[in-house]
Amino acid sequence: MSHAGGLILNVQHRLGQFSLEADLALPGRGVTALFGASGSGKTSLLRLIAGLDRPVRGHIALDGDTLVDTASRRFVPAHRRQLGVVFQEARLFPHYRVSGNLTYGMPTRMTSRFEAVVGLLGIDHLLARYPATLSGGEARRVAIGRALLSDPRLLLMDEPLTGLDGARKRELLRYIQRLAGEVEIPIVYVSHEPAELVEIADTLILMEQGRVRAQGKLDELMERCDLTEALGGFDAAMPLEAEVRSHDEAYGLTRLELDDGQVLTVPGLSVPVGQRIRLRVPVREVALARAPSAGLSYRNQLVTVIEQAWVPPGDAATIELHLRLGSQALRARLTRKSYDELGLVVGQEVTALVRTVAFAPRDA
Amino acid sequence: MLSDAETEAILISLRVAGVAVAWILIPGIAVAWLMARREFRGKALLDGLLHLPLVLPPVVVGYLLLLSLGSQGAMGTWLDEWWGIRLPFTWQGAAVAGGVMAFPLLVRALRLSLEAVDPRLEAAASTLGAGRWRVFATITLPLTLPGLLTGTVLAFARALSEFGATITFASNIPGETRTLPLALYSLIQTPGGEAAAARLCALSVVIAMASLVASEWLARRARARLRGRDA
Repeated sequence: MSHAGGLILNVQHRLGQFSLEADLALPGRGVTALFGASGSGKTSLLRLIAGLDRPVRGHIALDGDTLVDTASRRFVPAHRRQLGVVFQEARLFPHYRVSGNLTYGMPTRMTSRFEAVVGLLGIDHLLARYPATLSGGEARRVAIGRALLSDPRLLLMDEPLTGLDGARKRELLRYIQRLAGEVEIPIVYVSHEPAELVEIADTLILMEQGRVRAQGKLDELMERCDLTEALGGFDAAMPLEAEVRSHDEAYGLTRLELDDGQVLTVPGLSVPVGQRIRLRVPVREVALARAPSAGLSYRNQLVTVIEQAWVPPGDAATIELHLRLGSQALRARLTRKSYDELGLVVGQEVTALVRTVAFAPRDA
Repeated sequence: MLSDAETEAILISLRVAGVAVAWILIPGIAVAWLMARREFRGKALLDGLLHLPLVLPPVVVGYLLLLSLGSQGAMGTWLDEWWGIRLPFTWQGAAVAGGVMAFPLLVRALRLSLEAVDPRLEAAASTLGAGRWRVFATITLPLTLPGLLTGTVLAFARALSEFGATITFASNIPGETRTLPLALYSLIQTPGGEAAAARLCALSVVIAMASLVASEWLARRARARLRGRDA
């Protein structure tokens, strides 16, 4: 792996009884999710990267530029790291208007980008307001804008959706997705929500009790049986990439094509034909049939191959399957009894049934 | 309306209190910040020393000032020999006495409002590229403003009303160190001075009320601004 770009980190840290040890290489592009239960050390790690804490021992470098090296006693303070941090609580400055907050860390070279960032986040109408008058979602967007306008080399986001209600969460997540697609800045996204992961991450780092349990590409890790429970179990979802083929205005549906040529129907998306999008397929929404069949309300019948089957620990009644679908994969769970009665075996072709409405609308 | 002696006493008082507050403002902010934001050895001791003028009889403070800054004191000798400054029995000396007595009040008010400033906002500012001084000037200090105003007015009022330390250290010299309280005291000691004493008394009340109202008004404006009053 080339280490020219991106973040290299090898640290040991101690906070009371809690010890943190991580050896990571984050890519210099895309969204990397730092994922783990609360107390797994992901926020501590973010603070070390941001320069808000000093590790007991270790080394952190960004794009070949050493930020921390305890061996040579090097420590670049937070304000010289040029990293954008979006905190869990927006942390806007109460005595500055929104515009003042946005320009607080803005170098003059970013002045020309101001309009674009404000537009991207939909906060143009808030510029003259004080933070105390903003809603939770608005405040988070301003905080993201403020971090972006400081022209960061890396954007760190610490559970930016925490504390928002469902609709606001989806809305903000959509802004973050848009931003991830439009800016060149690599993003480190701290989260403990499996659903957010699949929506946004390209790379995944799984933290457990202060250690890195796994790191790699999201879809590869999502296919690993040993990580299933840690990545959300039955509540997890699998990412699925597809290209928009056509829109059916009359029924409000959109047809997508997967990379192996199979077709999916999902609720209407306002995305131009030809664009590639990422869907999330919740594990609990996938049912199986031995062969494609008519007379079912399931619109999506995908031919897949059973690649793996295993019983999740602590749940003897259930079996989990990994289904190969071209270069991608799906996960499904069913009772062991159904599995045996259907006579399924690894290597066999099987039809995965997914209801059209199961695809979480991303533009609702 | 006011006699020359009364006008003189008021002007001396305002000058003494104004100079006292001006001199303790910066050290007060520094010490308050230290107490609010830093842990160090001897912090409890420093805290005790800071509060000493509040609990000691002012005459004791004045006497201690005389011992240290007087012509026999080490500091006093140094000031005189190197800078030609003599503090005892001068209005500057009265300002020193007022400043020392007012210092704990200023630090206390400032420390409380500094402790109320969320350090997470300061951390956020540093991630936006602001160095320690910029964070202090643009985040910490503005958010402390209501406390700074209150503390300044309290300190000003304290310096204005200082009596025991002033009379001990700077004496009661008409036209030089006779501040309002000292003038009032002198009048009470003088037969037939009751009417004039009552006037000075009323004046003291007016000045004190005016400064309290002004500080409350300023502090309220500052707080409203921090809360972001316009929607």
